[in-house]
Amino acid sequence: MSDPIKSGILYGTALVGIAAGTLFGVTTLLGMNRPPIVSVQRGFRGTGMDQLYTPATLAALQVQARVPRSLPPASPAGVKAAVAYKNVQVLRNLSVGQFTRLMVSITTWVAPKQGCSYCHNVANMAWDGLYTKVVARRMIQMTQNINGNWQSHVQNVGVTCYTCHGGNPVPKNIWFNNPGPESATGIAETQTGMAHPTAVLNESSLPYDPFTPFLEHAVSIREQGTTALPSGNTASIKETEWTYALMIHFSQSLGVNCTYCHNTRAFGDWSQSSPARVNAWYGIRMVRDINNAYLDSLQGVFPVYRKGQLGDSPKVNCATCHQGIYKPLYGVSMLKTFPELAKPYVEEAKVEAPVPAVTPVPGVAPSPTEKPLPVVPDNTTPHDSTPH
Amino acid sequence: MAQYQNIFTRVQVRGPIYAGTPMEARSAFSRTTTPGFSHLFGRLGDAQVGPIYLGMSGIASLICGFIAFEIIGLNMWASVNWDPVQFVRQLPWLALEPPAPAYGLHIPPLAQGGWWIMAGFFLTASILLWWTRVYLRARALGLGSHTAWAFAAAIWLYLVLGFIRPLLMGSWAEAVPFGIFPHLDWTAAFSLRYGNLFYNPFHMLSIVFLYGSTLLFAMHGATILATSRYGAERELEQIADRGTAFERGGLFWRWTMGFCATAESIHRWAWWFAVLCPLTGGIGILLSGTAVDNWFIWGQHHGLVPVYPPSWGKVLDPSTLPGAPR
Repeated sequence: MSDPIKSGILYGTALVGIAAGTLFGVTTLLGMNRPPIVSVQRGFRGTGMDQLYTPATLAALQVQARVPRSLPPASPAGVKAAVAYKNVQVLRNLSVGQFTRLMVSITTWVAPKQGCSYCHNVANMAWDGLYTKVVARRMIQMTQNINGNWQSHVQNVGVTCYTCHGGNPVPKNIWFNNPGPESATGIAETQTGMAHPTAVLNESSLPYDPFTPFLEHAVSIREQGTTALPSGNTASIKETEWTYALMIHFSQSLGVNCTYCHNTRAFGDWSQSSPARVNAWYGIRMVRDINNAYLDSLQGVFPVYRKGQLGDSPKVNCATCHQGIYKPLYGVSMLKTFPELAKPYVEEAKVEAPVPAVTPVPGVAPSPTEKPLPVVPDNTTPHDSTPH
Repeated sequence: MAQYQNIFTRVQVRGPIYAGTPMEARSAFSRTTTPGFSHLFGRLGDAQVGPIYLGMSGIASLICGFIAFEIIGLNMWASVNWDPVQFVRQLPWLALEPPAPAYGLHIPPLAQGGWWIMAGFFLTASILLWWTRVYLRARALGLGSHTAWAFAAAIWLYLVLGFIRPLLMGSWAEAVPFGIFPHLDWTAAFSLRYGNLFYNPFHMLSIVFLYGSTLLFAMHGATILATSRYGAERELEQIADRGTAFERGGLFWRWTMGFCATAESIHRWAWWFAVLCPLTGGIGILLSGTAVDNWFIWGQHHGLVPVYPPSWGKVLDPSTLPGAPR
């Protein structure tokens, strides 16, 4: 160590190394969950079917999931809303009292700051000129459809506007067809649909938009072999990565591990799965129904600033309702105090057709043909080759 | 007395600069760079740096490797729109992906996986040329070719993953992407697709040899370090004589576990463990999708899988129920 310059370089390097190591260590630690971590065993011992929670996260979620107090019920007796008011298309058979109570509640659930005028022209409440009113009507139908036809997923707990909106005019967790981050054009391989940090997928580099193929379109999710030896399953590893991305979204949205539904030694095996997996299976179909029949149908109604980069409607995924909790609002049923939302409105002797009760804004008729094409890039498109 | 100990040495071992044995006469290349000493290297091992022999294969290997590196790096950079900051920030996430399944074994356009094929070709050429260099240098020094064949074992696994298995499956899409996180995601997806690789017996063997290698390495390294006070690193005299560091090392293991390797056989143990890790692993990968589609179910058929009592009632696949939504 006779040469002062050389030893200076050596110790300088060591110092920089120690500083860099410390920084790396601290950032790594900060990125981790704060202990203690509570483990809840759900499956048979030794199978690792445990759920992991941190009390700090749970406390925050408890606050987030607080349910607003419902207004006292109104009498179903009296004049019907359809008679008392003009242009009532969905909530026709409610009494005026029930109708008013629901309207006031919707205001506190969806537009507490903006008030009635968020959807209505207060000088003419029946006017359909505001897009928000047309959307709200369709959303009421959607809520009734979910509660009435998708009990396989929402069971008797059901949903109300508040489940997703939580006091916000636009629910916090929505998604659009994702064309991906800005990339160079030309001969470089850039649009692979994956390999960029994705916040909604736990910052993984998996395909960043698994929603379009699986939650808007009905691309097959099952990739794993179902027989010991090859028997015609042509699903590729690339397609498996899309499924993997969707499953990470499930895990993130519900705040659960893979083992909430699966025995991870055999992901595909239903006989080793928990009943929650069945519920999730119906949930996927429910979300597709919501996105296709309700949100995509509003594509011509939403103004440009509510739509995505590709001009598509805002859409829902698991996080829209669940918001990090395995049961939205920890399973508190707001529907019990709002039975008006429990099932689709059926007029006597006239079944409501699946025609959307959207009153089109002049000139911007909702047209399904205008819907943008799916944005799954060619390079890694999962295809529908496997049995559903 | 000062002691010579590598890594944490207090003594720099510096003899006169030594160029090595003479080159064979017909070699077109010679050793390059002026040899010198590095204090830092002297702390880790021998202080002399250079001369180095690159030769035809070495130069060709570096050129091919550079081309592959550039193809991968520039494609990744293009994927963040040539933004240097995003390139650095997102680097672990970025990828050069193989072609889509639809292309099968055809050559796709550059932007659809053609670059991946080109990068793979040059990287493979680079690796094989480096293997040639390892073989030729060993032969030039009159050594056995053990290093080259150990390297070949790793190349086997690399070729299975990126070339042989995709050929058998009939699709380049089956191969591994270039990228830090993406190749790890690929690995997880591979296991998911083929029903859990942990039930693949060749994967089990590979893990045995992987962990076994670390165990053997620790045992051997510790034995040599523990006996270096008796001059264990001076192997030549050690092997022949009685009462030496080597004999003490052997006795230690004989007394501890009743058996000891010899100074030569311990290196055969280590070599075979290391080489068998990628050899068995490569077989396991090669059989996935070609011979076995779901390793868990395969394991059930062969008694590998314990059966646990159910924690819930019978859970049925809802898509099999009558009237199920699609």
